[in-house]
Amino acid sequence: MPVNPALTERDFPPVAPYLVGREKVREFARAVLATAPLHLDPDAARAAGFADVVAPPTFPIVVAEATLQQLLAEPDAGIDFSRVVHGDQRFSYSRPVVAGDELTATLRVTSIKTLGGNSMITSETAMVDGDGAHVVTSISTLVVRGDDA
Amino acid sequence: MSLLDGLEVGQVVAERSFPLTRDTLVRYAGASGDFNPIHYRDDVAAAVGLPGVLAHGMLTMGFAVQPVVDWLDARGWVSDYQVRFTRPVVVDPQVGAVVTVAAKVGALDDAGARIDLTATVGEQTVLGKAQVRVTAL
Repeated sequence: MPVNPALTERDFPPVAPYLVGREKVREFARAVLATAPLHLDPDAARAAGFADVVAPPTFPIVVAEATLQQLLAEPDAGIDFSRVVHGDQRFSYSRPVVAGDELTATLRVTSIKTLGGNSMITSETAMVDGDGAHVVTSISTLVVRGDDA
Repeated sequence: MSLLDGLEVGQVVAERSFPLTRDTLVRYAGASGDFNPIHYRDDVAAAVGLPGVLAHGMLTMGFAVQPVVDWLDARGWVSDYQVRFTRPVVVDPQVGAVVTVAAKVGALDDAGARIDLTATVGEQTVLGKAQVRVTAL
C-alpha cells in the first residue's frame, strides 16, 4: 500500500503538553554519552544563565515521538512501520530546551515523495512553550521501503 | 574568551571516539522510548535482512554533537543541528563498535559558526551532511 499523499493536507491537533523533567534530561544526556556539566549539573547550568539543566540538542525527539505515533495511527496513512527507515533529521531552535519547560508539539506533514518504489515522508513537529512561544522544530524524513526494496 | 576569537574555517575544534556496546543501545532505547527490537535482538535484525543489531540513528546523531557541546563550554549553544543517516552502525554483541567523530569549522559569521561533523566507523562514514549551527551566547 503506498503512503497516502493526502496526509500533507491534514490538520493534526497538538498532542498533550510534555513537561521536561530534570532527571529525564539527565537520563537522556547519559544515554547520548554527554559529559558537558550543562546537561547534568543544575548549578553549572545556572552559572551559565539557564534556569535548570539544558536538554541535549537531540532531546526533542522524545517529545516528537507522540506526534509520530499520531501519524502512524492514521488508519489510511499507508505506512508499514516495519519498513520504515530514518532518512534524515534536523532540529531548528529558537532557544535551548531546559528542565521545567512545558512543550506542546504539533505535527505537520510537509511532503510525500515516491522514488524508485520507496516513499519519503517529511514532517515537521513544532514545539511551543507554556507562553505559546516557539522553542524548537523537529524535521524528520522517514523512508518507507517498497516491497522490492 | 569568546566563542569566535581566533576561529578559522577548516579548523578542527573537537575529535572523539565513542565505543558502543549493546548496553549503550539498551540504555538509549530506555531513555528515548525507541524500543524497536532491531536495536537489541539479533534474531529480529536477521529476520528483516539486516547485517546485525544496529545502533539507533538518533543515538549516533545524539553523541556525534557532544564533542561540539564540550568545546562550546557554555560560550555558545547549538541552535540548529541536522544529519542524514547514510550507513547503519552494526554493533557486535562481543566487540561492539567504535564511532569516531571530528568537528571542523565549515563557515563563520558575526553571530556564530557552522560546524561540520564527520562520523566514521573504520573507513566508512555513517552520517552525511552533518551540520551544527552554533550561536554565541
